[in-house]
Amino acid sequence: MSGLRKLVRSTAFRLAFFYFLIFGLSTSGLLGLVYWRSAGFTAQQIDETIAAEIQGLYERYRLLGIPGLTQVVVERSKQQKQSLYNLTAPDNRQLAGNIDGWPIAAPDEDGWMNFAYDLRVGEDAVERRARGREIAIQGGFRLLVGRDVQQRVELVGLMQAAFWWAGAGIMALGVVGGLLISRQTLRRVDAMAAASGQIMAGDLTRRVPRNGSGDELDRLAASLNAMLDRIESLMTAVRQVSDNIAHDLRTPLNRLRARVEVTLMGEGDEQAYREALLRTVEDADALLATFNALLDIGRLEGAADGPSDRVDLATIVADVVELYAPVAEDAGIALTTDAPTGAAFVEGDRRLLAQALANLIDNAIKYTPAGGRVIVATAVRNGVATLSVVDNGPGVPATERDRIFDRFVRLESDRAKPGNGLGLSMVRAVAARHNAVLKASDAGPGLRIDLAIPAAARPPAG
Amino acid sequence: MRILVIEDDREAAAYMVKGLGEHGDTADHAATGEDGVMMAASGYDVIVLDRMLPGMDGLAAASTLRASGDTTPILFLSALGQVDDRVKGLKAGGDDYLVKPYAFAELLARIEALTRRRGDEPPTGMRVADLEIDLLTRRVQRGGARIDLQPREFKLLEYLARNADQVVTRTMLLENVWEYNFDPQTNVIDVHISRLRSKIDKGFAKPLLHTVRGAGYRLSETG
Repeated sequence: MSGLRKLVRSTAFRLAFFYFLIFGLSTSGLLGLVYWRSAGFTAQQIDETIAAEIQGLYERYRLLGIPGLTQVVVERSKQQKQSLYNLTAPDNRQLAGNIDGWPIAAPDEDGWMNFAYDLRVGEDAVERRARGREIAIQGGFRLLVGRDVQQRVELVGLMQAAFWWAGAGIMALGVVGGLLISRQTLRRVDAMAAASGQIMAGDLTRRVPRNGSGDELDRLAASLNAMLDRIESLMTAVRQVSDNIAHDLRTPLNRLRARVEVTLMGEGDEQAYREALLRTVEDADALLATFNALLDIGRLEGAADGPSDRVDLATIVADVVELYAPVAEDAGIALTTDAPTGAAFVEGDRRLLAQALANLIDNAIKYTPAGGRVIVATAVRNGVATLSVVDNGPGVPATERDRIFDRFVRLESDRAKPGNGLGLSMVRAVAARHNAVLKASDAGPGLRIDLAIPAAARPPAG
Repeated sequence: MRILVIEDDREAAAYMVKGLGEHGDTADHAATGEDGVMMAASGYDVIVLDRMLPGMDGLAAASTLRASGDTTPILFLSALGQVDDRVKGLKAGGDDYLVKPYAFAELLARIEALTRRRGDEPPTGMRVADLEIDLLTRRVQRGGARIDLQPREFKLLEYLARNADQVVTRTMLLENVWEYNFDPQTNVIDVHISRLRSKIDKGFAKPLLHTVRGAGYRLSETG
């Protein structure tokens, strides 16, 4: 019962029912038209023929009186097979005609009637249907002219029967077909719902079943599965990030705690306490900086577009390189630029691009040994403005190159270097915000990072 | 200094009031924007205003104060850190913008900078002990001897001198001297400071540019 109700309430069933209704109505309309054009039309023709014949016979009566009319009716009764005649005297005596007796029927106001008569076939008599009109002639004479309509009646009967059968057939097909279609659709939808239920219950590896037909439901299932793939990869990423956060923040927190604990165990020397507290503040600041960097990356990745200006990459390069020049010099690294002014323009957020470049330069200086070089360059090609930072340090193995932009990824050999492992993640978030492609490649030797941003037109002079 | 803290988080506010008190300031606390606007009428040196408040939020409170003719410097505190949020805060009448989580030293330094900045016409020259800075000719002398500075070094020294005897944080220097508001991975600021220090302090008995641990830097005659 509930299954039937569910079926009736299903979209597929409603659709099937709706189409069935439309189809049934139009079929009925078509059949009705056929019926009216055939049966109705012949009925009208018969009436017109009878009326014309009566007209002719009445003319004859007016010219020749009852004897003349009688003679014509006798003649016609012999010739005609389709037409039926009966001329009766006032004393109900039949004067002429080809049907026996006056038919028992109730004529309408104009004398039209439908009646039955007996057709003699050899010894037997067969009752047949007829239609005719009676008229009264002066002196109590009555004339009936009719036509045999047995064939037409039979045709109409056949047509009606055929219509009923056709209607019943369409109905049965519609109901059964609708039920079949909706049951099949329902079964697929139910399977999808069941899969969703299991996924919601926590089994993120499950997928919605597909039948490979490429129809609407199959396409829906395909896009649901694509969405689930995306969610699963995001979930994995989130889990990995939170694992990394837990790991990377636990270490400095432990160190901080240990220092405070050890200080408390020692003798109370105010100078020692001050020192411990100052170092604790520094550690806390580093932790805060990590949190802020994480929040910044999260905001960049989560928020829609921010402010955007036409930016000359050369200006950003000059500013950021100036900021890092003393750092590079102290590290014994030659920091040079190849960024002509007024050549490479992009639409973007000046501060974010500067921050991304700062992180790239910072990274390059950190991993390039003294005596090395870092080159910051811009180039425009095929509508793409590329900002490149190239060093000649040890580089990154090809297998690790895609990973360096992930959060908290610090290659094992670099764990001793300062930094929170978020610098390149920030670069990736800035790249995504600017629809840019970020690529790490081998500089042979060294690491080359290219940030390819869609180029903007040069701003009008002035 | 009298400071009004408008902050709905009572614990954070209590900690801030205590910290400001230990620093030698008098701080009052208002838990809502409406209360804050009322209390501000009694006159404060600085208002520390949280962006997110129940009822009247920080932006509305700042606009209300500015509309009533109150020109007390406002330092916005916010958990929102996007550039446009900063711009919105400054447009509503804020004078500075600090994103949570922040270091208390940062808050103190910014409060001091706000009170100093107030109403001061830019002088044509500044003097810290025997260090003289001429803002018109952009010449720097110490003890009568000329010191050559790069343009950025001059800007750095100028900012430190404008806030002489006060702590300025690395973030404040990056924001005001380089006009960046991000946190560089390496302490690039430290390197620039040490270069400046080698130019203005080297060879002199009394250093002027001091590092304040856990906070930032201070240009002052006394350590």
